[in-house]
Amino acid sequence: MSDQLEHRSVISGIGISKVGRKTGLSGIELTVSAARAAIADAGLVPGDVDGLTTIGDTSRAAVQDALGLQLAWGVTGNSAEDGNAAGAQLGAVVNAAMAVASGLVRHVLVYRTVQMKGGDVTGTNAVTGSREWMLPFHEYSAVNMAAMVAQRHMHDFGTTREQLGAIAVTARRHAALNELAVYRSPMTMADYLGARWISEPLGLYDCDVPVDGSVAVIVSAADYAADCPNLAVRIAAVGTALRGRPSWDQGEDYPRGAAWDAAAHMWSRTDLKPHDVDVAQLYDGFTILTLDWLEALGFCAMGEGGTFVEGGINIGLGGSLPLNTYGGQLSAGRLHGYWLLHEACLQLRGQAGARQVHGADVAVAAAGGGPLGGCLLLTR
Amino acid sequence: MSRVAPLITELNRHFWTGGAAGELKFLRCVDCGYYLHPPAPLCRKCFSDNIEVAAVSGRGHVVTFTVNHQQWRPGVEVPYNVALVELIEQPGLRLTTNIVGCSNEQIAIGMPVTVQFESAGDASDPVFVPLFRPL
Repeated sequence: MSDQLEHRSVISGIGISKVGRKTGLSGIELTVSAARAAIADAGLVPGDVDGLTTIGDTSRAAVQDALGLQLAWGVTGNSAEDGNAAGAQLGAVVNAAMAVASGLVRHVLVYRTVQMKGGDVTGTNAVTGSREWMLPFHEYSAVNMAAMVAQRHMHDFGTTREQLGAIAVTARRHAALNELAVYRSPMTMADYLGARWISEPLGLYDCDVPVDGSVAVIVSAADYAADCPNLAVRIAAVGTALRGRPSWDQGEDYPRGAAWDAAAHMWSRTDLKPHDVDVAQLYDGFTILTLDWLEALGFCAMGEGGTFVEGGINIGLGGSLPLNTYGGQLSAGRLHGYWLLHEACLQLRGQAGARQVHGADVAVAAAGGGPLGGCLLLTR
Repeated sequence: MSRVAPLITELNRHFWTGGAAGELKFLRCVDCGYYLHPPAPLCRKCFSDNIEVAAVSGRGHVVTFTVNHQQWRPGVEVPYNVALVELIEQPGLRLTTNIVGCSNEQIAIGMPVTVQFESAGDASDPVFVPLFRPL
């Protein structure tokens, strides 16, 4: 499979902005900070960048202009749709890899910038699209959809609150080793269980932390790997498929989500197997979504995610599958899947400091929940 | 505060107004009998565009549910439940909805339910939101 598109590009550089609660920084300031770091990390200057992708919000036009980029190509993939077969949040990386593989561009700047939003999230009358089937029933937030998935998982498989809590408590333990993480003070299981409900059976610490921040990566032609100042991270396989219905509530396999299609797609494009993975960075917008990814990617059988994470042994540093080693969105902050990708690259480069997983040769980064799912298998 | 109301179109009018007569209505493929939800102009199973509006029994069961505690919309009293109900007419034909007529503590996965309607939107041209109560 040496000719497949994934092998024609590498991740040559990574960058991250200041991350925090209500930083007061604008989207373009955050983005430029991450982008300049990623470009320099790749050993490039802005004039070398000829492609630009994102999944929206801080606009490509603003970033192109601010950095004086001379682009051959750029595209914004929209992840705000309730389903897409494009790799979900990580789709901008896949778009970049495809553009590089096609020969159209050589160095693509990929970014995701997230800012805390205030105000009324519930909308007004005359809703259409997927929201038509949610808002009239007081379903205003993805936490409600995730909570219903969790409730069903508990019913079908005996999954417990303590098992979901192991994901949150382990993430906080890892965040203590990451000076960029927003919440680093110790969290106990009692803290987790005692937190207020958001949407039963999910409580406050089942939900990720809204922050301001930006991550950028550079996707370059594979032949640039030899010139990279840092180890070029290789893309072994992408998972972008969405074969089921693009919906939170109509899927034939409910409560299984798009993660299952994306994961199966990814494994179909590589000879590597789940047991080859040394470190996993799996979307934790809500704890139950991480559990779904663990099962979908085959790290445990369907329904056994709770047992797998229980006590935080397997998923801790030194465990069989260290998970969300930077603290995850649950403790480090919600950068919409891109901090997961950044951490996967750091681990493969051996630059994760106190939280480094020794001998990390294969990593997976996955993002999305419900009808959104995309994943990347990455190697040294 | 009242419920958010949908934009009514020719494609969804049957769904949101059927409750005026106490009927829960979906689009259904005349050729293969498949119910289409959300409403669509052709059958996603057999690709026929021979589509009719059909009333269903309004009976189903609770697939899953949540009790929401977070105040998302000003004026909506919390906690309240959100549930996923599957109708008896077709596996996978589901509505995200609310359970009424019992306490949140009494809701259980598998519980049989039946539809009832609550009006919303413009009082002069209301829509009828399908909710479910224990059967």
